[in-house]
Amino acid sequence: MAFYVVQFLTGLASAAALFLVASGLSIIFGVTRIVNFAHGAFYMLGAYVAFTLTERFSGALGFWGGIVVAALVVAAVGVLVEMVLLRRIYHAPELFQLLATFGLTLMVEDLVVLIWGPDDLVGRRAPGFRGAIDFFGQNVPSYDLFLIALGPVVLGVLWLLFQRTRWGILVRAATQDRDMVAALGVNQKWLFTSVFALGVFLAALGGALQIPRDAVNHAMDLRVIVEVFVVVVIGGLGSIIGAFVAAVLVSELNAFGILIFPKISIILVFLVMAVVLIVRPWGLFGKPEAPARRTPGLTVNPWRPLTSNERLAAIAALIVAAALPFFAGNYALTVGSEIAIFVIFAASLHFLMSVGGLASFGHAAYFGLGAYGVALLAKLAGLPMIACLLLGPLLGLAGAAVFGFFAVQLSGVYFAMLTLAFAQIVWSIAFQWVSVTGGDNGILGVWPSSWAASPSHFYWLSLGIAALAVVILRIIVFSPFGFALRATRDSPLRSEAIGINGKRIQWTAFVIAGTVAGLAGALFAYLKGSVFPDNMGISLSVDALVMVLLGGVETVSGAVIGAIVYKALNIWLISKTDLSKLVLGAFVVLIVVAFPKGIVGTLETILYRRRKSTSSPSPILTSRIETAE
Amino acid sequence: MRGYVVGAGLAIAVATMAGNAMAQSGEVKIGEINSYSLLPAFTEPYRKGWQLAVEEVNASGGINGKKLVVVSKDDGGKPADAQTAANELVSSENVAMLTGTFLSNIGLAVSDFANQKKVFFLAAEPLTDAITWSKGNRYTFRLRPSNYMQASMLVEEAAKLPAKRWATIAPNYEYGQSAVAVFKKLMSEKRPDIQWVDEQWPPQGKIDAGPVVQAVAAANPEAILNVTFGADLVKLVREGNTRGLFKDRKVVSFLTGEPEYLDPLKEETPEGWIVTGYPWYSLKTPEHEAFLKAYQAKYNDYPRLGSIVGYQTIKSAAAILAKANSTDPEKLIAAAEGIAVPSPFGEITFRKIDHQSTLGAFIGKTALKDGKGIMVDTVYRKGSDYLPGDAEIEKLRPKD
Repeated sequence: MAFYVVQFLTGLASAAALFLVASGLSIIFGVTRIVNFAHGAFYMLGAYVAFTLTERFSGALGFWGGIVVAALVVAAVGVLVEMVLLRRIYHAPELFQLLATFGLTLMVEDLVVLIWGPDDLVGRRAPGFRGAIDFFGQNVPSYDLFLIALGPVVLGVLWLLFQRTRWGILVRAATQDRDMVAALGVNQKWLFTSVFALGVFLAALGGALQIPRDAVNHAMDLRVIVEVFVVVVIGGLGSIIGAFVAAVLVSELNAFGILIFPKISIILVFLVMAVVLIVRPWGLFGKPEAPARRTPGLTVNPWRPLTSNERLAAIAALIVAAALPFFAGNYALTVGSEIAIFVIFAASLHFLMSVGGLASFGHAAYFGLGAYGVALLAKLAGLPMIACLLLGPLLGLAGAAVFGFFAVQLSGVYFAMLTLAFAQIVWSIAFQWVSVTGGDNGILGVWPSSWAASPSHFYWLSLGIAALAVVILRIIVFSPFGFALRATRDSPLRSEAIGINGKRIQWTAFVIAGTVAGLAGALFAYLKGSVFPDNMGISLSVDALVMVLLGGVETVSGAVIGAIVYKALNIWLISKTDLSKLVLGAFVVLIVVAFPKGIVGTLETILYRRRKSTSSPSPILTSRIETAE
Repeated sequence: MRGYVVGAGLAIAVATMAGNAMAQSGEVKIGEINSYSLLPAFTEPYRKGWQLAVEEVNASGGINGKKLVVVSKDDGGKPADAQTAANELVSSENVAMLTGTFLSNIGLAVSDFANQKKVFFLAAEPLTDAITWSKGNRYTFRLRPSNYMQASMLVEEAAKLPAKRWATIAPNYEYGQSAVAVFKKLMSEKRPDIQWVDEQWPPQGKIDAGPVVQAVAAANPEAILNVTFGADLVKLVREGNTRGLFKDRKVVSFLTGEPEYLDPLKEETPEGWIVTGYPWYSLKTPEHEAFLKAYQAKYNDYPRLGSIVGYQTIKSAAAILAKANSTDPEKLIAAAEGIAVPSPFGEITFRKIDHQSTLGAFIGKTALKDGKGIMVDTVYRKGSDYLPGDAEIEKLRPKD
């Protein structure tokens, strides 16, 4: 019995650590609607700075003072980031801020190694909390008891802050209705900065408090960020109590789960999130979002099919690309194939995001399913390449059909997180089902047939399929189905009123996007000759998201440019420097500031404005389809 | 200095015998791939190691008179990116061979690439048994003692312990899984009386150490096998120390004696664990002293095991290139099969039968000295003594 009590307490201690970080994220999202990908980076910075301070200053005061000062220092960095970077892009399309914080995260990962060195750093134990307390023969670390007490204290302080201060009232009001608060004359800038500072302070405090139990290293951020997101979403976005309950739930399920299923940790949080979101679409303590007042796709330049001149230009670009094998070497061609494949992948996510208004955080699942489909067909069934390429993506289709059905019941960030949960579940199956998928050692030897084996042939194949995929997706965008999908995105209520079955339309779009992603994955398997669980991992999903945002989410085919720029730069940087993350992150941040609508989006806006000022507006163009509400 | 001199002498001897059949001027390029940005704690010393080796090789005349150049690429910890890098090295840089890699899945991906493109590949670090056995191919060689070899070295010591109730803690991925599987198999063969009472599989890099320690303690094992390393190991040790998990229990642990993983533990180092590792501070052989002196002179830092791996990878590659006196992969394979190369741990051989080197490992016990973790009672175990018989390997390895 004593064991179960101690295990429960241990779970509570883990929950407290998780809650500190999660509460900060929840507050930031609730008010600013920023999906703060850099939250893990601030957590990690908190730990590093606290390590330096606690090593420098001795004694209890040095330790506890160091922890608090570290959190304050990092919060100051957070303020700087908010004022210099995020303020510029609050009015950018939804999720664009994710791109900025993603760039920051990349930079911080390399920076901490540059500053603190590559070794794992083990900090001091907390003065006064070194040992353990005997509980009926079981040892409970006293630091755990400290954390268990700290969790509710922080919860209480936050509750008082939000319920009993004027600032708290404003924050709650902004969480509920940002625009109304602004309309009432509250200084949003000041409010956002202070909220961001508080959130970052909590993240850094959470990181600093890990010093006595963890090793400080440059991978801490990614270790915590996804888990924290999951906790926030399970609890309900913007709900502090929800974050607390979710942290306890997840930690206790893990503490007791490993007694029965020792391998459960790897997937547990995602399973819990999937179940919670299917049963309660807004998390445990979240409230249904009010109907959007603005249209999500607020484009100034309405979409239209390419003009004949633009078509000619596109065909010319394709011909130039197709001529690459005549003057480039094998390496350039293989890189070209890889870029073409990522164009397909990014275009499929872009279709879902821009046309469907559904931002998936787990799109790599369908890419990976396509790749595994090919690998399994080729290795187990021994099918030829053509058959594999045709049948492999069907696994992506099947996955998208099943998961999409549940996912489209949700919207916004909840939709994104459910797709992430599904992707992680698929990933963990590929990772754990060693007898079929080979686990993390993957499936090797999936090389193309001889007719496609030479780099130039494979390049033409990839390029051809990429061009075809982009054209087909564009045709769908401007088909009646595409218009229905856009109607559902822009106004669910109105589209329903005119008889559009929104959920079914979105589900179909999800399946289309999943199948195209599967096609990209199938090609990728042949390009690399092997398939690994990586092919459906979070980082690939994030890459796709970055490509779409970089290109411009409010364009028809911006992802094509986004994919080319991001992938080419990534491959080039990783080949040229070990600090590729730092340079790439800085580049992403620069792009965010310079092109707040994405590369293509910003260029289109400039062109559109110029065209409007020179020529008399044609009646079709002025009917502002996209901005209507 | 002897290892260094012997290596140089060997290179020169081979060079004069072959009479410079290779192109007169120019250089020989080796392509090197590793997870520099993902695993800097290992790859920084590793890089220093191979840079030292390149310097030494070139100082003693290069590869049969040609300058040795290593072109190094980062793989970011992803198999797909490692293949892109391998392709660049082979297609654009025209390297004579590929070397490097740390993670098992990346090693396997590059090995499969090498097999497909018919390129010689010398894997440095990946520990998976598959790379030389079940998924082995004729183009791939491996330097470090495999999972199987390290497990059988540890089993030899573990079987002497009286403990009968064993629990295992291992990261939940291929390395952890196969380390535990091999250890269990070999251990149960030697000691049929052993019971396996609990196993814990925390996700790699994400151990929630408190509950794991508690769960293992609840099973009340007499001994524990640990396979976690890096930050996970730190957390496990800290929780285990506080909660008294290791008190009166024997622990057998993979890799923990390597400076990369032992040094961060500082005064929290648990005493008396049976570990594999690299006690650079107590190794007094002339080969190692020569290496140590050269390394410390160049970097003003002490070597980690990664330094040895990097150094020996390039030294071995250079010896193979010199012996083959050609960059033709078939000739490189012929040269590498059975080649004997001096190393800081003594002479090693690349076996013909499975392309595994006979580099060994040190087994010892952890101890605390001046607030730092060290290995004591260390013995070097030669790799060749801990590999299964040829008949068994014939069964494990696919025919070329």
